[in-house]
Amino acid sequence: MPALLTLVVLFGGGLALALAQSLGYWPALGRETLSLDVYRLVLSEPEFWPALGFTLWTAGLATVGSLILGVAGALLLRAAAPGLGLTSWFAQLNLPVPHSVGAVMILLLLGQSGWLARLAAAFGWIERPVEFLILTHDPWGLGIVVEYVWKSAVFVAVSAWAALAAVDADYDSVARTLGASGWRRFTSVTLPLLRPALIGAGTLVFAYTFGSFEVPLLLGQRYPSTLAVLAYRDYVAIDLDRRPAALALSLLITAVTGAVALAGWVAQRRLASETGETSR
Amino acid sequence: MSATPWRRAAFWVGIAVWALPFAPLFLWPFAGSWLFPAPLPTVWGDRAWSYLLSPGARVGPALLNSLSLASAVSIVAVLLGLPAGRTLALARLRAGGLAYWIFLLPAIVPAQAAAFGLHATFLRLGLADQWLGVALAHLVPVLPYVVITLAGVFANYDVSYEQQAQTLGAGGWMRFRWVTLPLILPGLAVAGLYAFLISWSQVLLTLLIGGGAVTTLPMLLLAFVNSGDHALAAALALVLLGPAFLVLGLATRLARAPGALGPGGRIA
Repeated sequence: MPALLTLVVLFGGGLALALAQSLGYWPALGRETLSLDVYRLVLSEPEFWPALGFTLWTAGLATVGSLILGVAGALLLRAAAPGLGLTSWFAQLNLPVPHSVGAVMILLLLGQSGWLARLAAAFGWIERPVEFLILTHDPWGLGIVVEYVWKSAVFVAVSAWAALAAVDADYDSVARTLGASGWRRFTSVTLPLLRPALIGAGTLVFAYTFGSFEVPLLLGQRYPSTLAVLAYRDYVAIDLDRRPAALALSLLITAVTGAVALAGWVAQRRLASETGETSR
Repeated sequence: MSATPWRRAAFWVGIAVWALPFAPLFLWPFAGSWLFPAPLPTVWGDRAWSYLLSPGARVGPALLNSLSLASAVSIVAVLLGLPAGRTLALARLRAGGLAYWIFLLPAIVPAQAAAFGLHATFLRLGLADQWLGVALAHLVPVLPYVVITLAGVFANYDVSYEQQAQTLGAGGWMRFRWVTLPLILPGLAVAGLYAFLISWSQVLLTLLIGGGAVTTLPMLLLAFVNSGDHALAAALALVLLGPAFLVLGLATRLARAPGALGPGGRIA
């Protein structure tokens, strides 16, 4: 298959070259001995641990936020039943928005001179931009998280809504007839039905946000930054000695996201074999 | 569950909150000036657009690069993905199985490490800082989506049509041209249009392999945001959004074409 070959050469080959170079194999620079020195160096850098923490924090919060708002969105879609046409319109409205554009939108909305700050000033709550909450380029990466949640919650909502719609029997009504309360119905009927869809969507959201680049570049602080931005800065640094560190960092991102993808896949398979695939 | 007024209201409030970021994006490009406390532009005007249209802004070449890259990448991805998607589907490999997972991996795992690895080789081959090198790099995240989408199309495909044509004496090309292609064309187009969107949105791969020499619209957007001119950034963001929405609209229309095999596969 030519597609498989292309992917193996470009993706697999690229990864293999990156691995070789990160282990110190740079024939062009006269280095041919393999060592883990670069990894030791990277792990001992003062910038590394804050960047790892910041990346885990933003990716984790964005995933949890997308899942919660996505499930809420799916329930609202089911409850309000706006019709299939409107639902698919809603589902697709932000699909084609590139993350770079999404970041610009969040900047114009939440920045200290953004639209919300202007509305707050119009209501007389604040007088100057600096009085508004710091939501972009902030130490907690809130602007970054908001952008991801804004993009991904729709994806989660639509996956979850489709999973609910695919179930023929109205288990919810049955549970209601049996006297289950709203919360009880949610935790013991709706959530179990949604589990496969949520595992799949959550895995994709976490893997994407863990390695993404342009959103923290546009909405983040310079320090701490995400691993992907740190790796990029190392790679394009004038000092060529930084390049192996960049490669090591990017391979670390690859390892984490690959492991998350594998875990998600295994979890979905296990769930499917437990339930005999009825919930799909 | 019944649609009570409360639920309806909550639904529309949710939609409104979620649509909020679009508001400043559509206001800023038409602001001649917009001083701080004003909730709407102080002076309306076309300052941003006249700058974007001036040769100094280099929007024309960037638009051309973005369009040509996305078109070429999607055509090549569809040509490469066609046999792969067919094999995945007709070999009855289960969706969610290992083969699918291997194909999806390059779409899930960020392409940064692969791009770093390729960069040195691309430099040696003269592909770095070149349109062709960037196009090759874009294939890494694009191809998986195309293959999985086409596998979804072929999952609903009945090979017996081809066998009938063969019995009637149709050769390989004739079978493809008159039997297979008409059946899968809408799904093929949808896969290509999604590929277009992914290439159109690329930032990191273009930046790395293009090295600043291959300027696309997202590259200009980064520069405009860094310049701090909100009107320019918002106007260029609209230029990026326009074709993206057009492409998605086309894909939606094609996917609903009657009697055609749409993409049954889920788009991540």
